[in-house]
Amino acid sequence: MNIIVCIKQVPETTEVRINPETNTLIREGVKSMINPFDMYAIEEGIRLKENLGGKTTVITMGPPQAESALRDAIAMGIDEAILLSDRAFAGSDTWATSYTLAKAIEKIKDFDLVICGKQASDGDTAQVGPGIASHLNLPQVTYVKKIEEIKEKTCRVQRMTEEGYEIIQAPLPALLTVVKEINTPRLPSLRGMMRAKQAKVLHWMTKDLDLNSEFIGLNGSPTQVVKIFTPPQRPSGKMLQGEPQEIAEKLVEIIKPELH
Amino acid sequence: MDYLFSEEQKMIQELTRKIAEDKVRPVAAKYDTTQEFPWDVLKILAQSDLFAIFVPTEYGGTGGGVLDLCIATEELSRACGGIAVCYAASALGTFPIVLFGTDAQKKKYLPDLASGKKIAAFGITEPEAGSDASSIKTTAVKKGDHYILNGTKHFITNGGEAQVYTVIAMSDKTKGARGASAFIVEKGTPGFTFGKKEDKLGIRASVTCELVFTDCKVPAENLLSKEGMGFIVTMKTFDMSRPGVAAQAVGIAQGALDLAVKYAKERHQFGKSISSFQGIQWMLADMATKVEASRALVYAVAKMIDSGKTGVAKESAMAKLFASDTAMQVATDAVQILGGYGYMKDYPAEKYMRDAKITQIYEGTNQIQRNIIALQLIKQMAK
Repeated sequence: MNIIVCIKQVPETTEVRINPETNTLIREGVKSMINPFDMYAIEEGIRLKENLGGKTTVITMGPPQAESALRDAIAMGIDEAILLSDRAFAGSDTWATSYTLAKAIEKIKDFDLVICGKQASDGDTAQVGPGIASHLNLPQVTYVKKIEEIKEKTCRVQRMTEEGYEIIQAPLPALLTVVKEINTPRLPSLRGMMRAKQAKVLHWMTKDLDLNSEFIGLNGSPTQVVKIFTPPQRPSGKMLQGEPQEIAEKLVEIIKPELH
Repeated sequence: MDYLFSEEQKMIQELTRKIAEDKVRPVAAKYDTTQEFPWDVLKILAQSDLFAIFVPTEYGGTGGGVLDLCIATEELSRACGGIAVCYAASALGTFPIVLFGTDAQKKKYLPDLASGKKIAAFGITEPEAGSDASSIKTTAVKKGDHYILNGTKHFITNGGEAQVYTVIAMSDKTKGARGASAFIVEKGTPGFTFGKKEDKLGIRASVTCELVFTDCKVPAENLLSKEGMGFIVTMKTFDMSRPGVAAQAVGIAQGALDLAVKYAKERHQFGKSISSFQGIQWMLADMATKVEASRALVYAVAKMIDSGKTGVAKESAMAKLFASDTAMQVATDAVQILGGYGYMKDYPAEKYMRDAKITQIYEGTNQIQRNIIALQLIKQMAK
């Protein structure tokens, strides 16, 4: 069972700062981490390998410093890591990102399952996983909360919906995006950390992949971000105390001027 | 301060700090209340290879030394002194096998202890043999290819939960201290049962229990070293493990200090933060200085042991004495800085104070540590 896990390095903060000129994230001075949803994908990949044998490979596309996210995945137990990094990839939207990742997966060739987190905590689009599946023409199941069974040619999973879950069977190879209900990610191990420090991370650039240059980076991205902003924080509420009669009167006093 | 750790030691620190914050701190109060054994946390420590750091590589460990163990124990103790001692006590029970085991004994026991599949405990203390360890009454009589153990050990950390025990018993009463021997006894051995489980002031996440031996048949091949070596095994083990207790004390003290600093910044009285009062500032400064001095001493001794130096009894005792007295004082001062809140169970200050107390008592009371230090001073002067 060869499993590919796609991850993203995201800022380790809920207060994302945005460059108003380029409409992109300001990464400088912000600590980074593996996108929390991708941690479940890594854990599921490692568990499948532990139970079924095979190999796990983690891929990310990002700036050179994204290599540290790959090493963190190795410390948890992932076998191999590939970094897709090239100036030409900069500014990719979800379409160009999923295209580039798909091309890398195509190059790996020998795989049974691709696992992604359901979405990234910074962009929140949930498009890259499904995008990869579309580019590779793979069956996809999103929001997977449990892998029930894996056979040689098929997998059966539970897909979370708002009301409950669906049981879906798909032929392999397939792509799954997973939700946090699927598992509890492990912490790294000491041996894993030692291995991660020495592990060789493959670095693939445009020249290493069979890419159509019109489909990558900013120029290959059909999405144009026109404006991006941080919504103002909601002001904190006001507590009114006293007897119901008093509170009602106070409330009317507050509301009245707003009505005019 | 920078203690010039190796890459691996830095990793141990980073990893244990993360485990302490993410997995230990959130459950510390729960285990303190319930006194249940924290197997779920120990499983996480095992999965992260932390039980491997005090076992040689050829037996499934990572071949770390005393300093590695001290780093891990300190970090865990910052979050919970009780959970940390469950971990450190397994190291205490493992050291005799590492130090004195035959290749066969090591092969049989160490891989499972290194993986955390099993945990260990060390049994010497008896109801009437505490500081005076030579007065132990548990006997070991050789019969054919077995030793028959009879007697009761008490106050045994990890007792009842550990699967592997190193037990000291008298194989020849006539020889006094030279008549003691060390045995590896497995849980489940016929005649080996567990007695009273203690209800403790602090380190309540850890279990402290009686070991009862009634005509317990231990295979002769489980004798560690030779007959009569029981106290040598014990002393050498304690020389290795004492810095671990000292590190536990440093961790408890650091945890209490962190809490006191945080609270002092947040708490406002007389219209300003109490951290702006010199009275509080000087307390915090003294606390921090003592914690750092303890840490420096503990790590220096640990490094000395790891470098292969022998005759470390005095330094090892000094580290344990100074760090544990510091922990008690710093934890008490932390309660004082938190005032009324410090006395209440809603804040962890009182737990640090309760957990700190034991570090002055076990693994040789601080009075015994002073005896060891003084004896060495006098011996050195006589040379």
